[in-house]
Amino acid sequence: MSLNIIVLAKQVPDTRNVGKDAMKEDGTINRAALPAIFNPEDLNALEQALRLKDANPGSTVTMLTMGLPRASEIIREAIYRGADRGVVLTDRALGGADTLATSYSLAQAVKKMTGYDIILGGRQAIDGDTAQVGPQIAEKLGVPQVTYAEEILGVAEGHVTVKRRLEHGVETVKAPLPCVVTVTGSADECRPRNAQRVMKFKYAASPTERTQLSDELAQRADSRCPEIIQEWSAAYVEADPEQIGFPGSPTKVKSIENVVFTAKESRCLDNDDAQIEELIKELITNHTIG
Amino acid sequence: MTNDKNNLIVYCEWDEDHVADVSLELLTKGRVLADKLGVKLEALVIGHNLGDVEKTLMPYGADVVYKVDDARMYPYTTNPHAAVLINLFREIEPQICLMGATCIGRDLGPRVSSCLHSGLTADCTSLEIGDHKDAKSGKEYTHLLYQIRPAFGGNIVATIVNPDCRPQMATVREGVMKKEIFDPAHKGEVVTLDVDKYVKPEDFVVEILDRHIEKSKINIKAAPIIVAGGYGVGSKENFDMLFELAETLGGEVGATRAAVDAGWVEHARQIGQTGTTVRPKLYIACGISGQIQHIAGMQESSIIISINNDPAAPINAIADYVITGNVEDIVPKLIKYYKKNSK
Repeated sequence: MSLNIIVLAKQVPDTRNVGKDAMKEDGTINRAALPAIFNPEDLNALEQALRLKDANPGSTVTMLTMGLPRASEIIREAIYRGADRGVVLTDRALGGADTLATSYSLAQAVKKMTGYDIILGGRQAIDGDTAQVGPQIAEKLGVPQVTYAEEILGVAEGHVTVKRRLEHGVETVKAPLPCVVTVTGSADECRPRNAQRVMKFKYAASPTERTQLSDELAQRADSRCPEIIQEWSAAYVEADPEQIGFPGSPTKVKSIENVVFTAKESRCLDNDDAQIEELIKELITNHTIG
Repeated sequence: MTNDKNNLIVYCEWDEDHVADVSLELLTKGRVLADKLGVKLEALVIGHNLGDVEKTLMPYGADVVYKVDDARMYPYTTNPHAAVLINLFREIEPQICLMGATCIGRDLGPRVSSCLHSGLTADCTSLEIGDHKDAKSGKEYTHLLYQIRPAFGGNIVATIVNPDCRPQMATVREGVMKKEIFDPAHKGEVVTLDVDKYVKPEDFVVEILDRHIEKSKINIKAAPIIVAGGYGVGSKENFDMLFELAETLGGEVGATRAAVDAGWVEHARQIGQTGTTVRPKLYIACGISGQIQHIAGMQESSIIISINNDPAAPINAIADYVITGNVEDIVPKLIKYYKKNSK
């Protein structure tokens, strides 16, 4: 059985080094000011999708992401690894969205696609660590969800069998298709880029990227891999303006406090109980542990 | 059925034959918050063979215990539990709902919040009641739930509010809040809910084929905290201490090539040029001198603690904290003081 697979992915700021200038006044993040990477668990999800595609000939993998136009970078990366095409849902009106407004917007984009059998995504993104968007999209689409998936064991007779990784063990569940499955970081790592695919798709460009190409490169993009990276707007996916972006978000950021890591030079401690307890307390206070 | 509305409700997780600790911790916190708001503290337990679970919950301050007891409701599956919460919340309109940030709470919470269009904040580390003024509209709100959580990989701590939508939902990890009996004699009301009134047959869509205990595969790359050992750890037995520290902190054990070659730990744990490259939030290097091949695999860790009896060990140059002493003396102290201070 060939499958229509959608993979949700997010381009995330590298959260290791966030300066104060990366925050906007309203407490949301100025993503443009940070180095951007493919959210790690979304790569785990992509691998599960590609395995489903390998096991079920004729299947397609469509990437879906919401973000700035430059999020097309992760779509191209996914195409190098085996995905077929992708959509960047990008619109100023979508900015400042919390998880609920994000889920609504992505669900609208899914509805705009020509059907799907299974939607895969990472359990959570490293910038928010909320793990909410997957289940919320499932609810918006009215389909079942399977979270904390470590391995998709197979698809047969309209059902998917999934191994879930829980706190103290594993659970194997069977869910009817279509459904949403979120994949944890304990799943197998994603395969690397495929050299032939890199050669074939290196000219793939989103509409925004195409406008910045020279005529020659734009022509190559059009002739070799036309329109495999699309950009959709909020209006295109028929999103209700009151349910998207900052206005459509029930949660608001009231205030932000930066955690300051001060120890730039080594601090030396001896084998002394008081000093060691002090260190532990400090690490707990700045949320490094606990 | 009680007619009270706008109370604070805690979703209590049922684990085979008892209520999960995190739920009791949330009842303890919920009691404090409910008193500040002047409302009742409610508990909702969904499972099977619940017995007189209210006797466990009421001493933690629950004024009302809602029970759904049905064979189909345990083990947990998403849609039936979500259906109970959604339909019950439409009736009793709680102003706040708390649940554990467990595999269950983080699966259930978003589904419910999406359906009710209420806001949800995951993994809160602190909850308070306070006022809020909207910066744009100038509208003022009183007695909101401040949902305080780290974000951005722990680089910031954000206070989230949920001004207009109800319930204000938050999840909290186990061990973050303190569990404390409120009053052993505290009494409340028990409300038994009829499962068929809340859950439709078609909600039972996901079938559990198997559940069992299974250890995770080693995945040091994804671990936020790594306790790594080198040749200076001295023996396979001493590595057990490192495993204990890693488990206590919620991390993984890594090792240098020398320790792997000595046969003390498996190769999957090797960090460095010929092993895995890691960049955890916290790297505790135990008895590691700091060969360049090892440094290459861990130097981007956010915080590095080096424990070594040689104050001149090369790794100390990139460490944020250097503890000079024997690994077998210091590691037990780290465990001891973490356990003492973590709650």
